[in-house]
Order: sequence, then C-alpha cells, then structure tokens
Amino acid sequence: MNAIPIRSSCNIRFTLNGRPVELDVRPEALLLDVLRDRLQLKGARRSCDMQVCGACTVLVDGGPVSACTYLGLEVDGHEVLTVEGLGTEERLHPLQEAFIEHGAVQCGFCTAGMLLTAKALLAEEPSPTLGRVAEYLRGNLCRCTGYRKILDAILSCATPGGEQR
Amino acid sequence: MSARGRFTVVGQSVRRTDALEKVTGRARYLSDLELPGMAHARLLRSPFAHARIVRLEVERARALPGVYAVLAAPDFTWCDAFYGPALRDRPLLATDVVRYEGEPVVAVAAADEATAVEALDLVEVEYEEITAVTTLEEALAPGAPLVHTGEPLAGHFSDLATLKSKPGTNICHQFDYTRGDVKAAFAGAALTLEDTYTFPRIQHYSMEPHGAAASWDDEGGLTVWASTQNPFSVRSELGKMFNLPASRIRIAVPLLGGGFGGKTYAKLEPLAAALARVARRPVRLLASVEDAFRTVRRCSARVTLRLGFQADGGLLAVDCVADFDVGAYADIAPRVIQKGTYTTTGPYRVANVLLHSNAVYTNTTPGGAFRGFGVPQIVWAVESMMDVAAHRLDRDPVDLRRQNLLAHGEEFAPGDTPVDGKLEEGLSRLAEAIQWSQAPPAGRARGLAVMMKASVAPSVSEAIVRLHADGSASVLCSTVEMGQGARTVMAQIAAEVLAIPLARVMVVPPDTSITPYDQTSSSSRSTTMVGRAVQEAAEDVVDQLRRIAARQLGVTTRGLAVVEGAVVGGDSRVSYPDLLDFHFGMRGGELIGRGVVAPGRTAAPLGGSTPFWEVAMGGAEISVDEETGAISVEAYASVSDVGRCINPQQCAAQDEGAVMQGIGHSLYEEMVYEGGQLLNADLAGYRVPRAADVPLRFDSQFVENGDGAGPFGAKGIGEGGLVPVSPAIGNALTRLTGVRLHELPLTPERVWRALRAQRESKEAPKGDGRHV
Repeated sequence: MNAIPIRSSCNIRFTLNGRPVELDVRPEALLLDVLRDRLQLKGARRSCDMQVCGACTVLVDGGPVSACTYLGLEVDGHEVLTVEGLGTEERLHPLQEAFIEHGAVQCGFCTAGMLLTAKALLAEEPSPTLGRVAEYLRGNLCRCTGYRKILDAILSCATPGGEQR
Repeated sequence: MSARGRFTVVGQSVRRTDALEKVTGRARYLSDLELPGMAHARLLRSPFAHARIVRLEVERARALPGVYAVLAAPDFTWCDAFYGPALRDRPLLATDVVRYEGEPVVAVAAADEATAVEALDLVEVEYEEITAVTTLEEALAPGAPLVHTGEPLAGHFSDLATLKSKPGTNICHQFDYTRGDVKAAFAGAALTLEDTYTFPRIQHYSMEPHGAAASWDDEGGLTVWASTQNPFSVRSELGKMFNLPASRIRIAVPLLGGGFGGKTYAKLEPLAAALARVARRPVRLLASVEDAFRTVRRCSARVTLRLGFQADGGLLAVDCVADFDVGAYADIAPRVIQKGTYTTTGPYRVANVLLHSNAVYTNTTPGGAFRGFGVPQIVWAVESMMDVAAHRLDRDPVDLRRQNLLAHGEEFAPGDTPVDGKLEEGLSRLAEAIQWSQAPPAGRARGLAVMMKASVAPSVSEAIVRLHADGSASVLCSTVEMGQGARTVMAQIAAEVLAIPLARVMVVPPDTSITPYDQTSSSSRSTTMVGRAVQEAAEDVVDQLRRIAARQLGVTTRGLAVVEGAVVGGDSRVSYPDLLDFHFGMRGGELIGRGVVAPGRTAAPLGGSTPFWEVAMGGAEISVDEETGAISVEAYASVSDVGRCINPQQCAAQDEGAVMQGIGHSLYEEMVYEGGQLLNADLAGYRVPRAADVPLRFDSQFVENGDGAGPFGAKGIGEGGLVPVSPAIGNALTRLTGVRLHELPLTPERVWRALRAQRESKEAPKGDGRHV
C-alpha cells in the first residue's frame, strides 16, 4: 500500500530585497518566522499575531502583507521587500530620511511596517491627502508617537500636487 | 550660541541617536536576542479566574524529548518563590490556588517553541472552581470570597509598610491623608457637589510584549536580559528570590518597544531565571500580546468626590474616596493608589482635604503602573466636576480654574516641594490655543482640563561620564530607552556641558553590572533626575579639565572655560587630548566624572518631596454623530510646563503620544470581563487609537521659564499630556449635548444611550444641572 506522501518541507524560490533566495520551509511556517529565524532579518517585528498591528508588514510584489499571518511558501515565485532592503545606512530611502527628520520614530517597533506601508501607498498614489494616508495606515498601529509625526513624514515624501487635507 | 539662547546642543531638536538603527531595522530588542544553546519557554495559564489546583501532572511533559525544564509551584524548594515590589504576594507560578484567568501555572523550557507548546499539551491540571470576584462591588461586598487569605510580606518599598491592609477583606492597602477641617468647611460651603466617576481597566499595549532571557554562569552568577523599565528593581527582586548578592546579578536592557509603565518591576524575569537554572542553559521567555493582557494593566477605579465651594468660586474643601481595582496581585498598585490620591487637589489651592483610597484585590489581571500612575483615574472625576461647579456657579470654566490655581512657589502640601511652574501662564496659553474665547463652529463644542502630578520620591539617580584620551566621552547611566528619547537627551546634556559634538558622546545601554544605579525609567523623571546626574558628572569632568589646564598653563582655574573640546583662558587654548596627555604622561587614561542626585527622605506626606511637579493642560474640540453617538475629536491643544525643552521635537513627540493614548482610554479602550473571563485580550477585540483617529488640528505647546529642577532648568514630561484628555472630552460633550457621562470610555453606545435618555426625559433641562 502506498502511503499518501506528507511533505514535511517545501522548496521555495523568491526574490528577497532584490536577491534570489532558495529555501526549504515547513508548509506551516509563517513568513515572519522564515524572515526572522531562518534568514536573520529582524526588521519585521512580531506583535499582535493577528494582522491588526502591522509591525510585521513586508511588501510582496509591492503590496503590504502581514508576515505574521502569511505562509512562507506563499512567497514562492514572488518579490519580497523588507525594511532591510529599503535603503542602506549610507543611502537611506527618502521615507527613512523623512521619518528621522520629522521625529516619527520613538520606540521603533512599528517603524519598519510603517515605512513599508507608506512605500506601498506612495507607489499606488504619489500625492495622497492627509486623510488618505491616515486611512491607508489602518493596519499599522503605533502606541508611542500618536501618529502625527508619522503622517507628516509620509506626506513630506508625497509628490507635490495632492490636496493637503 | 544657538537661536534658543546660551546653549549649543540643549534646546535643539537634534536627530535621535537611535533613529538610524530604527529606520533600517537594525535596532535590536529582546525578541531579537539569541544566546548559544538557548531554550525557548512557554507558560501554561489558568483558564479559570479563581480555582484550587487539585491535581497537577507534569511527568509526561518532562519525558518529552527536547524538553529541558518543566516547572510548577511544588518545584520551588530551592528558592523563595514569592515576589512583588509593594507586597511579596505573587508566586512564581500559581501555588495551590489560581487567582485570575491567565495566571501562569506551569512553565516549560524546550529546544524550540514547538516542543515547548507540545510539552504544555501533555500537562494535566485539574481545577476546582471557587467563586471569583471580578468587580469592585463583588470584591467589597460583605462576606466576599477572598482573593488572598494570608498576610504577604512587604516588598522593597519601606514607606508602604505604614499603609494598612484590612484583614478579612479584599482591601490590600489603604491610603489616608487629611489637612484642615473638612467637616467645618463643607458646613460653611455655598455649593457642595458630590458624584462618582469610574475609570476602566486599560491595557498598555506596548507593541513589544514583555520578555526576558536568563543565563546562569558556572560560578552561580545570573545574567538576565530584560525588556524592563527598571533593571535595579528587577535585580533586587531576583537577589531576594535566588539569594544572590547584587554584585552577582547582571540585568542588561536592550531597546524597549514601548513601556508606558507596563514594564516596571519584575514581570517575566523571575520565571526566566528559574527556568534557566533548572534547564541548565540560557532560556528566553517571550510573551505574546495576549499574554501581556494577562500580565499587567491599569488599575480601574471608582472615585467618589465631594467638592465644597465658596460663593465666590473659591475651592474650600475636597473629600475623595477612591476604590482602585488592583487585580489579583498587588504589583506596585499600593503606590499607585497612594500617589494618585495624594494629588487629588491637583493644581488647586485647597485648605481642607480628606482623602481615602483602597487598593482592592479582584480575580483579574494584576493592576500596576501605567502612564499617569493613578492620577488619570482621579482627574477624570475632579476635572469633570470642576466644570459642573462652573456651570452651577455660573462661571466660565477657565476663570473658575484660574481663580483656584496655585501660584509659582506656593506650597502644595506642607513639607512637599513648592509649585515649580507657572500654572496661570499655562492655562492662558491653553485657552488661546483652543480658541476658548471664540464661539466653536456649529455642531462642535470645547472642553478643557488641567492636572498636576508628583514624580516619585525619595529617588536616586547616578551617572558616570568618562572622557577618553581622544576627547570623546561615554555616558554611563541606567535610563532605559523605551522610545521616549532619553538616550538622545542624555547625550545632548553631556555634549553641552563637555562642549563636544553630540556625535562624540556615546550613551552606554543600561546594564546593572556596568551602568550606575537609577531607580526607574518612569514617573517622567529621567530628564530631571538622570539628566541632572549626567550634568553633574560632566561638570565633574570639566572641573578636572580646568584644574589640569591651570597646572599646565601655570594659571588659576578662574577664567578657564571649556569651548569646542578645549579649555580656553585668555589667549591660551589646550585641547582635551593634549590636557589628558599632559596629565597622564601618555596618550591614554581617562577622566571619570560622577554625578549623584539623591534628594532623600523629607517631611512631605509621602516621605519624600517630589523632585518636580509635572503640569499639563488639555483642551478638546469635539463633534458628535447623534445617529451613532460617536465622538470625534476635531481639535486638541495640549500645554505642558516643562521648564525648558532639551529637545523640543522629542517633547512634542512625547506629548502627542500621551494625548493619543489618552484619547484611547477616553473613547475606545476597556478590558472587558465576563464571568471572570477576559473577553478581549487581543488587538481585534481591544481597540487602540489608529492614525485616522488623530485630531485634524493638534497643537502641542510648552511653557518654558527655565524653572525646572532638572538640567538647564528642564523638568519632566511624558505622562502629563495623557491625563487631561478624558475630562476635556467629557466636558466638551456636556457643553455640546447637555449630557454628562461618568463612566469611561465614552463609547458611541454610552453616548447614544445618554442622548436618547435625555430626549426621552421631557423635563430634563439642558446643561450640567440635572446630574448633580
């Protein structure tokens, strides 16, 4: 009798921060654990574990996903961007510069997710209004800043021409 | 010289020294720490609010391959298994009885998380339920089931030993304070108001949940890496539990992903240490957010307040009876009730005061420190009733408050620190910022509130500044960086005094084996206390530099000053490296400066005089959707008296964050229990403020008269902005709709029901009157 094969691991290939990656992952492994534990990319943070807080946000093909509720094998064949790939310390992404300049960073636990979500928004809509930015950040919580400086930082990176409110 | 006066770096919104590592994802928190051979820990938590443990079977879990330690209460024969900063009432793991849903019962350390989870599945616990008390009413009812039946030992706050417990009840501590003749004052009052306000259980939700990792060395020394706001308290606790001298315990603190008071005092550290000891390898114990909801929370409260006024509006007498629900274990709650109640009269001049508060055990998550430390609960009542009083006395709420404000230098209470801010200036600034004298737009109304809070006392902060041979400096202090920007501020203070660039100052992360003592990173105290210690330590170095320069130049120290990394006097200028070279006779060695700030015990009512008064005022402009009852905060103005901003941008950041957290508990947040079960222990059920909740107009202002007790005339900020938010919104709601709510949060349902009740009650007059 032939046993039904149960795969204990899956081979996935994807692009991570611009470089090809090939990896065997358990089928139930969460993307967050794959990134943090297997690939030692600690920028995505674990907080709510239920896709509410956004601390674990990464971009898959440019769109924000919560790595805490996303399977590692789902990124097979896709492009993943984490905060580590956003900019380098020598050459920061404009959003990273803006977050520093506007004082949008406090404890830093939400920062990576905020930056990546903002990147996705500005790619979609280069000139969002303040209200639109605030609405787009519905999946990214921050308990320190009160959001004000984060909103200011993101708006400072918008292409001029959008309404200001 | 800067535009802000005689300072170079102080008063400047310099970039945070940790900003780069945080925007690049390189910042490291406790959960990023991986120790060689490290085991992963998991806890089995009680499903019941109150139950006897009648059977506990852990052998199958112990036998599972990859499991290094399985601990339950009977295993702690080798240490003192009880801890707690106020009362040592908390066992490492539930002992015989579980006292709240979510209390840890069994702890496991295993090769990986999955194995730890599997091991917990093999543990069998049989419980026998006991009636639980989950509300103040249930806990204070005659004959109520007791959460604790024994008398716990005092913790490490000796002053709390004077507070009384009430044996045979659920009251674990009482606080009393009186001055003047309250009875006579009320008898002579032209207006007496009495009412009761309640404040809910609130979760800190620091985005990084609690965590600790522990490792024992071969000589019996213990190292703990902890996400804690006060490593020295944790050290003291572990020293008692594991019978170790302080010198053999090292508590190292990485960056914290938020704290807000929830990471003060020992939380997971004792369990991590116990597990590591038994597992004979390093152990990391990380809480989830759901665990955090079952670790600590803000104490809920029921505050009954009586205010007596003269006909002219003078506040004659205050009588406050407050019951704080402190949950299943005391944690620091006895201090919360003491401090919160003590400043009931806030920024007002009141001759006759009678205060009584109770810390009441219930079968719920332990209550502890949370931004504001007991003050928000009381101020919600006081500042709501100040508006009621203004209405009854036919006075403008700003004018009535102004009339009663304490003056600069005036005594708050006999023996305590005189008022160190200009409250009137703050109130005027607030009124202007919220456009008090102008009519609000249609469909909107404004409300405001003020508060004054004491910081912790007696208190100690020490600092060491090392000036290296190349003229750069290391600052050693134990301020924990939890997002508030303290490390940046300490670097600014040291750079200013030493007259060197900020980039040449390194603030060493807290490590009890390296950085000197600091009581706690809480109570808005770090800039004032640690900042002063850093300033003194840097000044100590400067004195040494000037003495060396005087020797080298053959002059007296008079007239020698430090400028841009050199001692300068007359035509002479000697750089720090050259001075150290002269002093040591080689390119090596360092100058060590020391700063100690320790005001000690005083005759103040709480045993120590507050190092400073935190003063904050807030005004809200709101609208209400009458269909749904939802309140929108359209504009908010916050004014804090900070003496001087060391870093204005970071002050504003603290203030904005505090206000949003205040909006959270005012409108959305509440931990809900039903039948002893916490129903919303996650972010789906517990609603914290989001970006879309930010008021469109937000104005954060600072009163800066250089009169603070901290360095360069600065003083603390961080908690204050949160406190006035609820009464400011509540007062605005009354001015807009005529309804006054006594219960937070002001949810759409509560507002809608109140509006409907008002409509249905035909004879209800508009305004505050019907509620008092």
